[in-house]
Amino acid sequence: MDNTLTADFGNISEENIKNNFVLIYELLDEILDFDYPQNSETGALKTFITQQGIKSQHQTKEEQSQITSQVTGQTGWRCEGIKYRRNELFLDVLESVNLLMSPQGQVLSAHVSGRVVMKSYLSGMPECKFGMNDKIVIEKQGKGTADETGKSGKQSIAIDDCTFHQCVRLSKFDSERSISFIPPDGEFELMRYRTTKDIILPFHVIPLVREVGRTKLEVKVVIKSNFKPSLLAQKIEVRIPTPLNTSGVQVICMKGNAKYKASENAIVWKIKRMAGMKESQISAEIELLPTNDKKKWARPPISMNVEVPFASSGLKVRYLKIFEPKLNYSDHDVI
Amino acid sequence: MLNLISAVAAAGGAAAVGPPETHCKTGTKMTDSKYFTTTKKGEIFELKAELNSDKKEKKKEAVKKVIASMTVGKDVSALFPDVVNCMQTDNLELKKLVYLYLMNYAKSQPDMAIMAVNTFVKDCEDPNPLIRALAVRTMGCIRVDKITEYLCEPLRKCLKDEDPYVRKTAAVCVAKLHDINAQLVEDQGFLDTLKDLISDSNPMVVANAVAALSEIAESHPSSNLLDLNPQSINKLLTALNECTEWGQIFILDCLANYMPKDDREAQSICERVTPRLSHANSAVVLSAVKVLMKFMEMLSKDLDYYGTLLKKLAPPLVTLLSAEPELQYVALRNINLIVQKRPEILKHEMKVFFVKYNDPIYVKLEKLDIMIRLASQANIAQVLAELKEYATEVDVDFVRKAVRAIGRCAIKVEQSAERCVSTLLDLIQTKVNYVVQEAIVVIKDIFRKYPNKYESVIATLCENLDSLDEPEARAAMIWIVGEYAERIDNADELLESFLEGFHDESTQVQLQLLTAIVKLFLKKPTETQELVQQVLSLATQDSDNPDLRDRGYIYWRLLSTDPVAAKEVVLAEKPLISEETDLIEPTLLDELICYIGTLASVYHKPPSAFVEGSRGVVHKSLPPRTGSSESAESPDAAPAGVQPSEQPAVIPTQGDLLGDLLNLDLGPPVSGPPIAASSVQMGAVDLLGGGLDSLMGGTGFAAPSTVVPANLGAPLGSGLGDLFDLTGGVGTLSGSYVAPKSVWLPAMKAKGLEISGTFSRQVGSISMDLLLTNKALQVMSDFAIQFNRNSFGLAPAAPLQVHTPLAPNQSVEISLPLNTVGSVMKMDPLNNLQVAVKNNIDVFYFSTLYPLHILFVEDGKMERQMFLATWKDIPNENEAQFQIKECPLSADAVSNKLQGSNIFTIAKRNVEGQDMLYQSLKLTNGIWVLAELRIQPGNSSFTLSLKCRAPEVSQHIYQAYETILKN
Repeated sequence: MDNTLTADFGNISEENIKNNFVLIYELLDEILDFDYPQNSETGALKTFITQQGIKSQHQTKEEQSQITSQVTGQTGWRCEGIKYRRNELFLDVLESVNLLMSPQGQVLSAHVSGRVVMKSYLSGMPECKFGMNDKIVIEKQGKGTADETGKSGKQSIAIDDCTFHQCVRLSKFDSERSISFIPPDGEFELMRYRTTKDIILPFHVIPLVREVGRTKLEVKVVIKSNFKPSLLAQKIEVRIPTPLNTSGVQVICMKGNAKYKASENAIVWKIKRMAGMKESQISAEIELLPTNDKKKWARPPISMNVEVPFASSGLKVRYLKIFEPKLNYSDHDVI
Repeated sequence: MLNLISAVAAAGGAAAVGPPETHCKTGTKMTDSKYFTTTKKGEIFELKAELNSDKKEKKKEAVKKVIASMTVGKDVSALFPDVVNCMQTDNLELKKLVYLYLMNYAKSQPDMAIMAVNTFVKDCEDPNPLIRALAVRTMGCIRVDKITEYLCEPLRKCLKDEDPYVRKTAAVCVAKLHDINAQLVEDQGFLDTLKDLISDSNPMVVANAVAALSEIAESHPSSNLLDLNPQSINKLLTALNECTEWGQIFILDCLANYMPKDDREAQSICERVTPRLSHANSAVVLSAVKVLMKFMEMLSKDLDYYGTLLKKLAPPLVTLLSAEPELQYVALRNINLIVQKRPEILKHEMKVFFVKYNDPIYVKLEKLDIMIRLASQANIAQVLAELKEYATEVDVDFVRKAVRAIGRCAIKVEQSAERCVSTLLDLIQTKVNYVVQEAIVVIKDIFRKYPNKYESVIATLCENLDSLDEPEARAAMIWIVGEYAERIDNADELLESFLEGFHDESTQVQLQLLTAIVKLFLKKPTETQELVQQVLSLATQDSDNPDLRDRGYIYWRLLSTDPVAAKEVVLAEKPLISEETDLIEPTLLDELICYIGTLASVYHKPPSAFVEGSRGVVHKSLPPRTGSSESAESPDAAPAGVQPSEQPAVIPTQGDLLGDLLNLDLGPPVSGPPIAASSVQMGAVDLLGGGLDSLMGGTGFAAPSTVVPANLGAPLGSGLGDLFDLTGGVGTLSGSYVAPKSVWLPAMKAKGLEISGTFSRQVGSISMDLLLTNKALQVMSDFAIQFNRNSFGLAPAAPLQVHTPLAPNQSVEISLPLNTVGSVMKMDPLNNLQVAVKNNIDVFYFSTLYPLHILFVEDGKMERQMFLATWKDIPNENEAQFQIKECPLSADAVSNKLQGSNIFTIAKRNVEGQDMLYQSLKLTNGIWVLAELRIQPGNSSFTLSLKCRAPEVSQHIYQAYETILKN
């Protein structure tokens, strides 16, 4: 809900709420009726809102009834008659790998939770189909052509579970495992998925922490890239948390640059790009203020952000087809 | 309930849409905040002037100012007429603002609000559907009685509006109106229109209609508003695919209340609901889970589909855990319920409940709880390793719970006990104070569960004696020392050391110390006499605490009078503890499963426990299990296909039942002088009755007979006469027909007490045969029963006697003798009986229908002449005719059978090949009923004509005939 508000007037603050109180009243009015949530789709709500004063006054009768039927109808998230000069559709696969390792470096449990985010700037009412290398689908198709199974079998992945944006026809997914939808305009999250099997870890992070006396800590972190040398990982950011009573940090790193950020209680180490099968190291000396706090440092985990040209779950987009009955434009994908 | 969850879900769902599009419009319009700034006096007048200004812009500004003051809590109701004047505008923005104002102040100015009605009515016919909808929506929010009358016409129009947006708003408006004035809604026939909307072509209209109907149905538990049938269910399922996420929730929640006819139907609904499990909105997922969990009850476990469904349920539940922590918490609370009900769903998913570093503490604790519930032999190693890890974390609360969890694992999974104990010992070695204390507390529990197995660790425990400073840990340690005093060489020293600061200890520790020393004394009497003297005098003479003193005295007297008995008492075998101590009671669990996805499932309390207000609370229950594999599990499960709704149908609205019954006195003896007399008399009869019973043991009486009181309606003599009749071999020995027991009060409604019963009539006395079952986790005692006034004055003739307290999972059969001298009040239906049962927990109410034939008295045989005269005498209007179908009995058999239930055949004639039986019977209150039964050979249908001076009983007499003849 706050997203809806944000979409209408920027971030939420006391100032903004005061500034837009009429709008908020109006929004809440549409979102909830007698405590029953009615509609929370940002795009659709915009058509109702009169506050910015542009739409309501010039609407013709047809437009009004069109709004109402659109909002209550099957595709409440998209209005008719959107036009773009260039029809574009962007698709990002964002994955986060959750990893639990034993002190000996064994992976205890790992799972990938991924999101497929789309930005659609398409005209008309396009019908899209999205395909990925989901094991079940591949196997299903594989039955028809035997040799294809051999090829694609290795690349297919087993998705434990996925959830979809409300524009996806769930019953169709359930029966045919095909993801078909009419995308809302703008950016949205098409699906989320979760896998636990056959996860490729792009990096190995090996931390070494040594407590030297009560006021000093030595941290050494080694990262190893673990993919083909021809590929490049970009914008690597490693965040090494430090204890609360840190007074000063000296960092030496082989590559990229690292900084201690006191406000975040962490050392942030950034590397622009790194090829596969390489190794890099950072070592830091952390000086601590003596405290009489008995609590031990909880040693929060190190986190890392990377952009890699592959997905660690092995998810691949197989196709994305767009059908538009009226406008009939050619589809070219930019992935 | 729904709304809170939805709001949380909305927050989650919204975040899922992606980073916000930041087209900041604040730059273009930094203006609205200025409305808040004016604070000077006399602004009301100023506003008034502005509101009446001619310029539209100025008007709008003024209204905005008014709303702004309203928002911050200033009273601007004085401006009511002026604001309402602005209502007639074609500016939508201004209109919305004025409506907003109206909603707020109409209640304080009901007379003035009438002024607005005209505009409302006009707006409802506006060509712009948005304005029509807006008007209807606002009108519903104005809770002024006078306005509601005017609301009806426009609402009726809007319900049939061509525009779906207006229709869906109007549907919700019906619910609003119902909340204000239920009678009006019913009179105006809006409910039927609403029902029609369920088959609307627009999915959102359907969804809102369903939401409105469910809301209305909730406040009318008895009404059959949402009579769902396979056709309407089908429509709903179709709409489910098309409507918005919130609409889907309404429909799913409604589906959850539906009771499929058989497992096939349940399965097909499940199949169509499962796709919802992959919806991005977690509220939709939870509602779908609820539907599936409910319908799974109906599916047999052997079915393939059952397994598939189990598999399909797991991944969505796990996915819910990857959302924000608040949502995770809601999901975890629900999963906690699901795991208790069906652990098999998530048994392979242990890993996902492993606590993450950055989980907030409430999520961590909840995860820990679920981990223990899922722990089994297969995964115990993994769990223990995890728990041990947690025990070294920094958060004290969490560590404590983790240590407790290890203990619970030991108790739950026997094979793992050894490892758990060694893990706990490892933890004790860490010497972290609170870890050690907590570990000792759980080790005490492990000792209770596995006595004489792990005593080797006692030495280690004793080492840490000094570090214990919390009462619970000290008490646990003292208990261990006392329990194993014979194996601890210096037990007396240890206990003595505790004794030094006896008065500074908490009560818990004092009590434990007292018991421990007495135990020690009984085990090693020679060395510890002094010690025991000391503790007893401390407890009895120097203590202010009555519990402690009492316990001290008891021990003292026991020890001084009979040491052997003392030994038996104090050192008795203790019952083993089981791990199920913190499980939710099964009946409550079943109810909560029906509330998955609502606040009830987060609180783990039924809604009635925290929702106040007039809404009748409908108890939801899971459908009866049909699978034969589990028939023993729940005796209350009605046979497959039987709708358990029979009961609610008889129960009048909770409110007035309560009112009626609360007036009654629940004291065990029945009040009123005539009954008092009868109970004196009964003492004598009791003996006789008991004796007779034992004599007649072999004659095959159906009911378990205990006390046979004198029925004042039938003199004692005739009762005995009847007995002699029976023993003489006259008539049938079967006695009056006794229906099998049915559940009258399900355990869910009575905090675990389940009552099933039936009525029987034996030799002139009526009794109510009850089976009380304790399905709760606590002992029940102090039972009492009371009836509300009823049509035939039925009342208990003796108090309800349950001699021993009812332990969990125990049942007791009781036959409660009844008489018919209670106060009389006509009930609807005639044979309705409202009952209150009390026990040590609470008072419960239920109502049941008694078969009329228990009221047929033994002297109901009329003289022939008398019969003819009476038959003629009763006017023909009082004659009622019924068909008794499919009863393949001969006339003699019928006659015999009926006589067993005191319906006497006076004459039999054969007219044109048909057998005519003329019969008579008399009710306890002296009403005679005459009957003519026509039996055609070769035709299994009988025709029954009844004549009676009180024709309203005919229907029930006919039912009695049916039950007697068909059983």
